[in-house]
Amino acid sequence: MDKETCYHCGLAVTKKEEIPFDDKIFCCNGCKTVYEIFSLNGLTDYYNFENAPGATPMDIGGKYDFLDNEDIVNRLLDFKEGDTHIVTLYIPHIHCSSCIWILENLNRLCKGVSSSQVNFHEKKARIIFHADEVTLKKIVHLLSSIGYEPYISLENYDSQRKKVSRDLIYKLGVAFFCFGNVMLLSFPEYFEVEEYWLNNYRGFFRWLVFALALPSFLYSASGYYVSAFKSIRAGLLNIDIPIALGIIIMFIRSTADIIFDMGQGFFDSLTGLVFFMLLGKLFQQKTYNFLSFERDFRSYFPIAVTKIQPDRTEVSVPVYDVATGDRLLIRNQELIPVDGILMSETSSIDYSFVTGEAIPVTKVSGDKIYAGGRLEGRVIEMEVLSSVSQSYLTQLWSNEVFTKKGDRNYKTITDTISRYFTPVLLLIAIVSFLIWIFMDTIQAFNVFTAVLIVACPCALALSAPFTLGNVLRIMGNRKLYLKNATVIEQMAKVDTVVFDKTGTITTNKKSAITFEGNEPDDKQTMLIKNILRGSNHPLSRMIYDQLPATAVVPVDGFEEVTGKGIRGTIDGFDIKIGSASFVEGAEETPMQTCVHIAINRHYIGRYVFENHYRQGLRELFEELGKNYSLTILSGDNEGERRALERLLPPGTRFVFNQKPEQKLAYIEDLQRHGKKVMMVGDGLNDAGALAQSDVGLSLSENVNVFSPACDGILDATQFKKIAWFLRFSKNTIKTIKMSFALSLLYNVLGLSFAVTGNLMPLTAAIIMPLSTITIISFVTIMSNYYARKGK
Amino acid sequence: MSVIYLLISISIVVAVAFLFAFVKAVKTGQYDDDYTPSVRMLFDDELKKTKNNPNKK
Repeated sequence: MDKETCYHCGLAVTKKEEIPFDDKIFCCNGCKTVYEIFSLNGLTDYYNFENAPGATPMDIGGKYDFLDNEDIVNRLLDFKEGDTHIVTLYIPHIHCSSCIWILENLNRLCKGVSSSQVNFHEKKARIIFHADEVTLKKIVHLLSSIGYEPYISLENYDSQRKKVSRDLIYKLGVAFFCFGNVMLLSFPEYFEVEEYWLNNYRGFFRWLVFALALPSFLYSASGYYVSAFKSIRAGLLNIDIPIALGIIIMFIRSTADIIFDMGQGFFDSLTGLVFFMLLGKLFQQKTYNFLSFERDFRSYFPIAVTKIQPDRTEVSVPVYDVATGDRLLIRNQELIPVDGILMSETSSIDYSFVTGEAIPVTKVSGDKIYAGGRLEGRVIEMEVLSSVSQSYLTQLWSNEVFTKKGDRNYKTITDTISRYFTPVLLLIAIVSFLIWIFMDTIQAFNVFTAVLIVACPCALALSAPFTLGNVLRIMGNRKLYLKNATVIEQMAKVDTVVFDKTGTITTNKKSAITFEGNEPDDKQTMLIKNILRGSNHPLSRMIYDQLPATAVVPVDGFEEVTGKGIRGTIDGFDIKIGSASFVEGAEETPMQTCVHIAINRHYIGRYVFENHYRQGLRELFEELGKNYSLTILSGDNEGERRALERLLPPGTRFVFNQKPEQKLAYIEDLQRHGKKVMMVGDGLNDAGALAQSDVGLSLSENVNVFSPACDGILDATQFKKIAWFLRFSKNTIKTIKMSFALSLLYNVLGLSFAVTGNLMPLTAAIIMPLSTITIISFVTIMSNYYARKGK
Repeated sequence: MSVIYLLISISIVVAVAFLFAFVKAVKTGQYDDDYTPSVRMLFDDELKKTKNNPNKK
């Protein structure tokens, strides 16, 4: 069969379903419509930059009606002055140059837009438009219609513009300026040639070098002084203390040298040192701008909901303004924003993200429905019981574990080393000083300062940042996005791994359905399928999709009994489909989700819904089981226990029916027993546990969609690589330790010069950059080597 | 050889000017997004052509 791909979105299209237009093939009307829009406006260049760059536009219905509300719009705008409005929208589908091109040519698609600019890394588009000619709602609708729907959440509504910190860039710029110029101007003196002209101008060069080193010493290195001071005050010894000490001593010694005409001074090493250290800091600072690791419930909830006024008109209100007693209208695929009572007859709500239950829950009129669920099916009306801030879900987030996390300061490996480094260094300096004081006083001071200068742990302090920065990048390329470099160190220390079940080890794709009983023949399948057609229940739909196509026949007396099942008559055959209590001859199965079938009061069998486990799960657990103790923590029922026990190695613990607070408590308990825990989860029900664990990984099918506060986001396709990532983090720590050893070697070499009183400025100027470059190359090569190992 | 005072001073002044330019560029946010301009640069100015030939499809 000839498989073509859609010209717009690239999905495979079978010959039957294809829609040809303008000599090209499309998979659906949506894609074809977008193409039409583009070609009508002369924008077909969109397809020239990448192959099939588009996305099928989603049907948004009344989703953005809240943009009619002026207050909400004002809070979303960046800037508003007279007619000119500016808004920054986060558009998850931005992923290639075509996207940039079409979004920056938005003015050709829409009259009122004057210009737009895309920030690719952050996946944001900044749109400037004339409020007289077009509204924000129209722009959002336009974007959705071409497949670039923005993601607007409560967070955009609440947050203020963040101030970008460019401090490090400024400091780096100044440091480089000073470094380059000082190095050049130091050259004449290196060659110690007794030339006449040099004697005359020596003073000029030296004082110029002094002046140029000042900005670097005072401004660029200031961060180190502050950090060292804070550390001393807190009684700890971190790596910045010897660095700050080294820099200050270098400056004093060099100034003394040029005043008393004893030498050239070490300004070149000083400025070089400051520059490389700052570069290391910058390198470690890799951030993923398009992801957010700090999400809380506000980015999950919608900004506004549809409220039904007493006179039955519908109006959009911000979700914070919802009060007890209000009536709300919730549409298909929308979130229930508050706790309330269901007014409509029946509804099916998917709580998998919130509680972990895999199958949607059916609620009837009068039932209490909780916030956070996603509605599946027909529109419902509900009455509000408590406002957003009082709902169960929000209370979950007020748990102190979310504030505690920020305060926890993990001891990094560099801090551990520095505890010993500083005292030892000072000891060596003092001892050498005391030895030399009996021989030559001037030399004693020289030696003392030389020791402190050359042993300045420049290479030592750079090992970790460069390694971790490189590893962060490599992991990001492999689709594990970590919040910052300390997470890598924590990952290496982990000894217990806890997995959530629903959505984490199971995929969100359709559950596998198996039949137990007498397999229905063609005639029976036809009867079943025709009855199922009349039902909107998600289980009915799943079975319907799975059954093969049959002839469509009319059904007499179709009846849906809420919460129980459906029945109908076809050609004299009386068919009943539903729960065990509804269908005669069916036995109760509290552990499994089943749909029972009976035809003419004769029990045929049942469809059993099994969770669909991710690929590679068994191998992953086998591999992890060798070094880590494993647990599955689930919010779902025990039904899957046997299947999981068969699938996973013995020794894996299973705990079911866990509410979110219980998951958190479980992790706490493990930690109390001294374990270092890594949690892998995906939903809101894991939020507390993710925050509490030492490393919280959020598994995400689509990294653009919300995931709770965590330390790292792993793309779901890379799930089976978890063992590799853990191994890689351990190897990273090994690399850092090896480079520590290497840099200590350099220190010993330098010290041998310093202690014997032979440290010339030229020697120092060579050792410093040499050690830095060696360390940087070493760690880069090693981390890339480990990345390639055991792919 | 005293001209060396002048030469070095001038080169320092030029270097400082570059430093100022750098600081100004960072301040106005030029380096906040370092990827998109590289892509943007490669887009053709199709705009001019189609504007002049509205009849041409």
